Amino acid sequence: MNAFLSWSILLAPITAAVLIGLFTKQNSKLSSKLSIGAIGFSFLMTLLLAAVNSGTPEIPVTSSVTWLEVGGLKVELGMIIDPLSMMMLLVVTGVGTAIHIFSLGYMKDDPSLGRYFGFLSLFTFSMLGIVLASNFFQMFIFWELVGVSSYLLIGFWFERKPAAAACQKAFIVNRLGDFGFLIGIILIWSITGSLDFGEISGAFTENPALLGASTAIAGLLIFCGVLGKSAQFPLHVWLPDAMEGPTPVSALIHAATMVAAGVYLLCRTLFLFELPTSWPEDFAWLNGVSSLHIVALIGAITSIMAALIATRQDDIKRILAYSTLSQLGYMVMAVGLGGAAAGMFHLTTHAFFKALLFLGAGSVIYAAHHEQDIWKLGGLRKKMPVTFWTFLIGTLALCGAPPFSGFYSKEEVLLAAYQSNVVLFVLAAITAVLTTFYMFRLVFVAFGGSAKSESADHAHESPSVMTTPLVFLAVLSVVGGWLGIGGYFGHFFDHGAVHHGHHENQTVVMFIGIGAIIFGFFPAFFMYHGAESDPLKKGLGGIGEFLKNRMLIDEAYQWFISRTHEALARLADWIDRWILAGFLVKGIQFTGEFTGRALRLAQTGNTQTYALLFGLGLAVALFVILL
Amino acid sequence: MIQFEHYLIVSALLFCIGLLGVLTRKNLLVLYMSLELMLNAANLALVAASRFHDNLNGQIMVFFIITVAAAEVSVGLALIVALFRRRQTTNVQDLSELKL
Repeated sequence: MNAFLSWSILLAPITAAVLIGLFTKQNSKLSSKLSIGAIGFSFLMTLLLAAVNSGTPEIPVTSSVTWLEVGGLKVELGMIIDPLSMMMLLVVTGVGTAIHIFSLGYMKDDPSLGRYFGFLSLFTFSMLGIVLASNFFQMFIFWELVGVSSYLLIGFWFERKPAAAACQKAFIVNRLGDFGFLIGIILIWSITGSLDFGEISGAFTENPALLGASTAIAGLLIFCGVLGKSAQFPLHVWLPDAMEGPTPVSALIHAATMVAAGVYLLCRTLFLFELPTSWPEDFAWLNGVSSLHIVALIGAITSIMAALIATRQDDIKRILAYSTLSQLGYMVMAVGLGGAAAGMFHLTTHAFFKALLFLGAGSVIYAAHHEQDIWKLGGLRKKMPVTFWTFLIGTLALCGAPPFSGFYSKEEVLLAAYQSNVVLFVLAAITAVLTTFYMFRLVFVAFGGSAKSESADHAHESPSVMTTPLVFLAVLSVVGGWLGIGGYFGHFFDHGAVHHGHHENQTVVMFIGIGAIIFGFFPAFFMYHGAESDPLKKGLGGIGEFLKNRMLIDEAYQWFISRTHEALARLADWIDRWILAGFLVKGIQFTGEFTGRALRLAQTGNTQTYALLFGLGLAVALFVILL
Repeated sequence: MIQFEHYLIVSALLFCIGLLGVLTRKNLLVLYMSLELMLNAANLALVAASRFHDNLNGQIMVFFIITVAAAEVSVGLALIVALFRRRQTTNVQDLSELKL
């Protein structure tokens, strides 16, 4: 029963994608019905699966078929169903269904709607594959498939140059991380001889020192994949650019699901990170630092950096994109600090409210005729009440205001930080202040005040096909946090590392969390309530410009690449031009031609010269042979 | 007594005269006659060898050569006639169109 359900969850979207790709691409109505039907079916099957397994949440169910067997390498196509993947399945299919329906309204006038829904279904299939994967190999394949479908969807409007550039950037940056991921998989396989999560973790339970000196390295290599997919510093640069894709895509892929895959991978392979760390000799100076410390540090850096940048962005989607980065940093940090349950909890609630915020932004953009600059919006509160109220709920949830879902999950994250590392906790608290600040800046400027442009003035509420998903997600954003009460997420990780918070700590953290909201809200209120232009523009000076230009990280990459990659390219070009083409190819051609020209001089056309040469040659030959 | 060497010397002389003719004369007909001279020098050597070694193979060979040479001469002369009709010349130095 479990096997049948899980296979049908996985295969429904790919069936839709194949059908759309082969037959119905030209027919947008039928394509959208197929795609929405497929994900809706998956959602229902997931609910059924959850209901069937509700009595036995502790037992992971796996089913697998052998896919290929070459020598010592045995690759299985498996399904792993435990509470962790169950939760992810619910998030992916549930939020995915809402976004699919929203797309129907948002993309209504697009001529290639069939292609769009085909890609969406392909993405859903890949994402479900990651969630259900029972071994590293399968995980990697779906990991790459997610990368491909993300590439296709970001570049959906490929005729627009920024979109075409953004999808390539996303793909290349992701590949960079995946390269490390692949090496990590090979390293683990070469030592343990297995790819299966269960087998590997069993092997480690028997012998924690199995990986020897490369324990930390293996963990960090796997983490490379997380860096790429979950857009952690320094590979975060692709995510803000990915906002060039259609807004529902940003909601589905770059807020709720794909970027969460990295955090999910961390949780899935947590057994690897929990091993006693040991470094190879060359890295002996790192002794005492575990791979989880590095994970936490990267997460913290990402969260505070992205929050700082978000305060100075003007594009509504870019603000949300940096906010996503910041929240992903939170999750990674939480996992790194041993609070995997907190990380997964925040992932779940974040999927709800960030998808809601993105869809709200999509609704605004749709109503304002593709105006994305918040300083050209404004006054939308009265014109778009449903969008406004749901957006506000999403904002409050993101800021962590009680009793919205973000309150519970953010508190768990902060608690995990509070209990393990004061410095990271302070960073996380500052991030929380900044989060409230930039989100209310967005709300006040885009929804409050008066309309600042004609397109905003003419805006009116989006059709119900778009507002219904908003309301659905808003409800989830409110009640989603109740899931985590009573440590539900803690059961996911039965092999330890779950923090059971002390009551006093929890109270302290809760007050700091609420304090952060107040500290963030009031500056935003005084600066941006009814503001016509950004008062911080002059106030911050150089720092403001620095943040507005995204901390010049893209420029730094540009500089670095032009120094290294392009120098290499120039060297290769020089070798190709002068040595390969110049010396070898042209040299051979020249030798042949020169010899030909020289020999042509011997061709006088005079028969008797030939006869003489022939005679002489014969004489020489005879001389050599006979003597 | 005339020895085998004497025949070979005569044959070699004939061959050289023929070769010299081929290399120095301008007229195609004369060139042709010189070529025949070289052939017959070889024939002489073959017959002499056959005679002095009591082996008839050489003479059989010569018959073949004479037969083939007769055919070859008739083809060659026909070519020369055709060439002369076209070009009004039989001078080899005028026939150098095949070079680049």
